[in-house]
Amino acid sequence: MSGGDPGTEAGTGTGAGTGARDGGVSGTEAGADAGAGPDTGAGPDTGAGPDTGAGPGADLGLDAHLVVDRGDFRLDVRLSVAPGEVLALLGPNGAGKTTSLRALAGLTGLTQGHLRLDGQVLEQPERRVRIAPERRPVGVIFQDYLLFPHLSALDNVAFGPRCHGAGRSEARALAADLLDRMGLAAHAHAKPRRLSGGQAQRVALARALATAPRLLLLDEPLAALDAGARLDVRAELRRHLAAFEAVAVLVTHDPLDAMVLADRLVVVENGTVVQQGTPVEIARHPRTDYIARLVGLNLYRGEAEGHQVRVGPEFVLTGSEELAGPAFVAFPPSAVTLHRDRPESSARNAWRARITGMESHGAQFRIALAGAEDGLPLAADLTAPAVAELDLREGTEVWASVKAAQTHAYPA
Amino acid sequence: MIPALKNADVEPPGPRARARRPRGRGGAVPLPLLLPAVVGLAFLLVPLLALLIRAPWRGMPDLLTSSAVWQALRLSLETATSATAVALVLGVPLAWLLARTRFPGRRIVRALVTLPLVLPPVVGGVALLLALGRNGVVGKWLDSWFGITLPFTTAGVVVAEAFVAMPFLVISVEGTLRAADSRYEEAAATLGASRFTAFRRVTLPMIAPGVAAGAVLAWARALGEFGATITFAGSFPGRTQTMPLSVYLALQDDPDAAVALSLVLLAVSITVLAGLRDRWTGAGAV
Repeated sequence: MSGGDPGTEAGTGTGAGTGARDGGVSGTEAGADAGAGPDTGAGPDTGAGPDTGAGPGADLGLDAHLVVDRGDFRLDVRLSVAPGEVLALLGPNGAGKTTSLRALAGLTGLTQGHLRLDGQVLEQPERRVRIAPERRPVGVIFQDYLLFPHLSALDNVAFGPRCHGAGRSEARALAADLLDRMGLAAHAHAKPRRLSGGQAQRVALARALATAPRLLLLDEPLAALDAGARLDVRAELRRHLAAFEAVAVLVTHDPLDAMVLADRLVVVENGTVVQQGTPVEIARHPRTDYIARLVGLNLYRGEAEGHQVRVGPEFVLTGSEELAGPAFVAFPPSAVTLHRDRPESSARNAWRARITGMESHGAQFRIALAGAEDGLPLAADLTAPAVAELDLREGTEVWASVKAAQTHAYPA
Repeated sequence: MIPALKNADVEPPGPRARARRPRGRGGAVPLPLLLPAVVGLAFLLVPLLALLIRAPWRGMPDLLTSSAVWQALRLSLETATSATAVALVLGVPLAWLLARTRFPGRRIVRALVTLPLVLPPVVGGVALLLALGRNGVVGKWLDSWFGITLPFTTAGVVVAEAFVAMPFLVISVEGTLRAADSRYEEAAATLGASRFTAFRRVTLPMIAPGVAAGAVLAWARALGEFGATITFAGSFPGRTQTMPLSVYLALQDDPDAAVALSLVLLAVSITVLAGLRDRWTGAGAV
């Protein structure tokens, strides 16, 4: 899918997260400073004593251990997100991403674990605590937005404030202001079906932000858009998320979305966290096949001894790093060279493989290979002339080689 | 073929019928289908035609301007509308309960709700008498505590009609609710709406066409209600004698009047159906 260069995208992504935070988008100030509340006015009489609940630092943000048991599927995920941080839950379909999001919103109950937001316990089955979804300071942007079809964009955005007790005109003024900031003033009175995908997404964002949530949840925020609209909307969404001062958690199966939008990724597979870190770390050091494929790397696991990593009973890859113990070896498909005959170059890693699939990506070919004999399966990128010269087609047996300097080994 | 299709279209059991509107495929219609279809169409239309052919058109103005007819018609419209209102107020929440919540015995409750659909209306009338009659299970207390008696009153007509008509509304609305995406209610909850607010401000407007369809069905059923009404409320002119009752009674001694009254009922039914259908197709382009 992405393949491209996650490194650079990720770099800009992390930069934006810490950048301009002028609170531009948060509509009302209600609840925005819950942490600072308790100690106002209590100052004089407590004097020097350590004031209770005053320390906003430790408690702010999201602290969750989500356990949802559904017979054949068990979700067990720990999340900790600071205010202002954007976290992406990345994983294949059915990994439990959407269940996590629903659990955070309170739409699916926890079986065990806990959910705390800014120090307030929202849910803890052990203590029989469960705050209903409508009483959580949470805003959700659903995958297909779920804008109320019978209400105008303005009334969709005003819906939340109205439910929180604002008067009709007050709520509408707030909604109009939010839509204006999203550049949607001209569409305020349009019904959702008259809006384009990108506009609908901005209305959904405005609607979710209108209640000044302390936790913003986004479910596949770009999945409903066509490729053309995606680029613009992604960039715009990133600006809005960067300006959001509370916790944001987004769920996606698209690594590019995750890397552009999020400061930190949590990769979920089969209901558990398999890896987490900044986009750069994850792109450099994938720890599962799924992530390696997402970021476009060949990945193998084995036992390292010096420069050598034994990845199969009879197979040893030579890397540039010195390691000991369990280790991963990764290299990009562009580092692979294919040969008709056994290569006699300086490449130390060479093995026989058979072509199982070929796909063209512009001027390049992505070639999937299955290892022959003891060889490793891998993906290789070749230019069109190279493919023609070697007369490659499905079923062709070739030699694959990778230079040691182009592999990257790291502890497992 | 076209009139047959139209006919199928007019029967309005909610939006599902709109979704699978029949579409011709072209080509010849097979005889084994065409023949019964034409006979069926004739079977439905000939009686209505007969009504028009045998109508005493010359005496019509006199018949229709008689105060007895107006009295019965007004009573019918008022009671059918009141019964529909009762069915809406009680039936929509009941439909919501059946469609959106889980409770033990829900399937049994659902079956019981549909029972009046297949129950002979006369039996319904008898049951109402036993429940709400002056000596009935509940009626006894209504009488001694509040001084309310329902049988043989106009209110009794409304009760009998609502009893027979409400299941139509409940079934229609429940079907619409099941087809409606309940995730909109979840979206409303994340915006701070209680379940009731979500129902009132999101679900209800979204299922409005289904509610309207159910209300029309219930209203039509109430307008034509005969058995339960005559059993529970009797036939007192001006108080409980609705149009169907006066048609039946007129048939004994003044057949011309019966035909005229029938034509009025037919006209009212067609007018309401046509009027509401246009509105649905207008709103149906969601």
